[in-house]
Amino acid sequence: MGRYLLKRLWQTIYVAVGISVISFFFIHLSGDPVMLMAPQDASMAEIEKLREQLGFNDPLYVQYWRFASRAAQGDLGVSLYHRVPAIDLIFQRLPASLELAVAAMLMALVVSIPLGILSAVKRGSVWDVASMLGALFGLSMPHFWLGIMMVLLFSVTLGWLPTSGRGTLAQLIMPSLALGLSLMAMFARLTRSVMLEVLSLDYVRTARAKGLKERVVIGKHALKNALIPLVTVAGMQFGFLIGGTVIIETVFAWPGVGRLVVQAIFSRDYPLVQAAVLVLAVLFVSINLLVDLIYLYLDPQITYLEQK
Amino acid sequence: MSASTERFRNVRASLRLWGETLGVLVRSPNGMIGGALLVLILAVSLFFHLFYIKDPLAQDLLARLTPPFWQAGGSLAHPLGTDNLGRDVLVRILYGSRVSLMVGFASVLVACGAGIVLGLISGYYGGRADSLIMRVADVFMAYPFMLLTISLIAVLGNSIFNLILVLGLSDWVTYARTIRGSVLSIKKREFVMAARSAGTLNRGILLRHVFPNVLSPVLVLGTVRVANIIIWESGLSFLGMGVPPPMPTWGRMLAEGRVYIADAWWLVTLPGLAIMLTILSINLLGDGLRDALDPRLRNIPR
Repeated sequence: MGRYLLKRLWQTIYVAVGISVISFFFIHLSGDPVMLMAPQDASMAEIEKLREQLGFNDPLYVQYWRFASRAAQGDLGVSLYHRVPAIDLIFQRLPASLELAVAAMLMALVVSIPLGILSAVKRGSVWDVASMLGALFGLSMPHFWLGIMMVLLFSVTLGWLPTSGRGTLAQLIMPSLALGLSLMAMFARLTRSVMLEVLSLDYVRTARAKGLKERVVIGKHALKNALIPLVTVAGMQFGFLIGGTVIIETVFAWPGVGRLVVQAIFSRDYPLVQAAVLVLAVLFVSINLLVDLIYLYLDPQITYLEQK
Repeated sequence: MSASTERFRNVRASLRLWGETLGVLVRSPNGMIGGALLVLILAVSLFFHLFYIKDPLAQDLLARLTPPFWQAGGSLAHPLGTDNLGRDVLVRILYGSRVSLMVGFASVLVACGAGIVLGLISGYYGGRADSLIMRVADVFMAYPFMLLTISLIAVLGNSIFNLILVLGLSDWVTYARTIRGSVLSIKKREFVMAARSAGTLNRGILLRHVFPNVLSPVLVLGTVRVANIIIWESGLSFLGMGVPPPMPTWGRMLAEGRVYIADAWWLVTLPGLAIMLTILSINLLGDGLRDALDPRLRNIPR
């Protein structure tokens, strides 16, 4: 177990370094960064002065080192548009995005797991066919379009729910449902197929032969093993959700990081984009590490294999 | 046995395998429905301009926000209505299909190509190349896909070429990892060892013996990814970062139509339905292919 942890930790470190390198070059990809940061009417002399001031005349590795050491201390530069430290803006907006992601994930899990189990146990039934068909449609809809359709139905036509904004529970329903539906579909399909596989295994047959109630066999014996792949996929998907709320935040005017990034892109506020991408990527890596640790706890076989 | 008869047998065996696969695919209703639907969509997308002759950019300000023909006020002159500038919705959806399908398939080809080459090298040669490629893959995986593509498009600019390149290169990791996994198991099989002991060069083994055997998972993966890329292209387009105007795209139609959501339901509904239908056909085909190509699933009793 120790070796596995160490390996995972090492992986997290080099991924973090890789991410910082990509983020560093991101600003240079856009052409001359000084031209972006200088005011539109700046003279050549002023631009040259700014270049010297910001250290863009130094060799790249010096510049990278400066960027990385500042980033490690939490200094991710200043937003050109808002004129405040980028990291402050991001942390201000992060709770809203997390709220949306967590709500979407919870909704997806709560609905999909029972649905998937039901489909597997009652395979071929009307339930199974209907929910798998529903899942197929759920997977085939772009979530932002689903969001727009919900606005059309629940806000414009029925007038039940507010079209945008954040603060009340009613405002959370549509964006999180739109974001969560494809996950719901994915998890329901996964739960079904894993359950089908597990239910055909010998130990389930043994449990049944022992005379255990079907409820216990499914709920305790089968589900516990079926959950392992679900945890992995859900964990990965949660990571994707963190960076994946961008469009839905735009649809519902949700004040999260995604919208901040899109606005920053359109105002050519590249330091802010760079900082946001870096923060979200680090968050993503940390979540993946966390998921692996949970996985390790759930599936002792991994540790066993590592020791062997 | 001479080398040529052995090769003949290999070819025959692989043909039989593909034949069997096709057989299962044909017997899978999902795969057939999806495949037929996709072929239909592709055909319409390629040839509609021969039958439905209209300029997707022509404005008719007198006929702006005309509803579809079955609604009061609609007419067959604009079967699916018009947008806020009086442009024909049907022809714009049809032109939009070309963008989506092209970006979808081309990006997957780019991703597949990069992933196959790197995955084969990584899995077959191992060693330093393997660890380097896999480390880079880890870093790519750690970048949230959406943010990576959005920020790259933002700095590179949004041409159709950049879009394909960025979407493709952001997506190579899954292919590379899948291929690497398959190569690792195939490399130890007898026929590869036999080829090696017969003195076949590495390149020959890779191309002739390993590559054909890792194709099927890539085919399944690629099909599913086309759907994902099309959804994501429409998302980028919705944000204003897709193929630049005036080319009509499904995502931009949705973004423009959203302003008129209270007055013109068709502007936000119909392009989305087009996306859904396309994705649905691809997903159905993908399900069918997976059932056909994954023998492990094939044996689960139905």
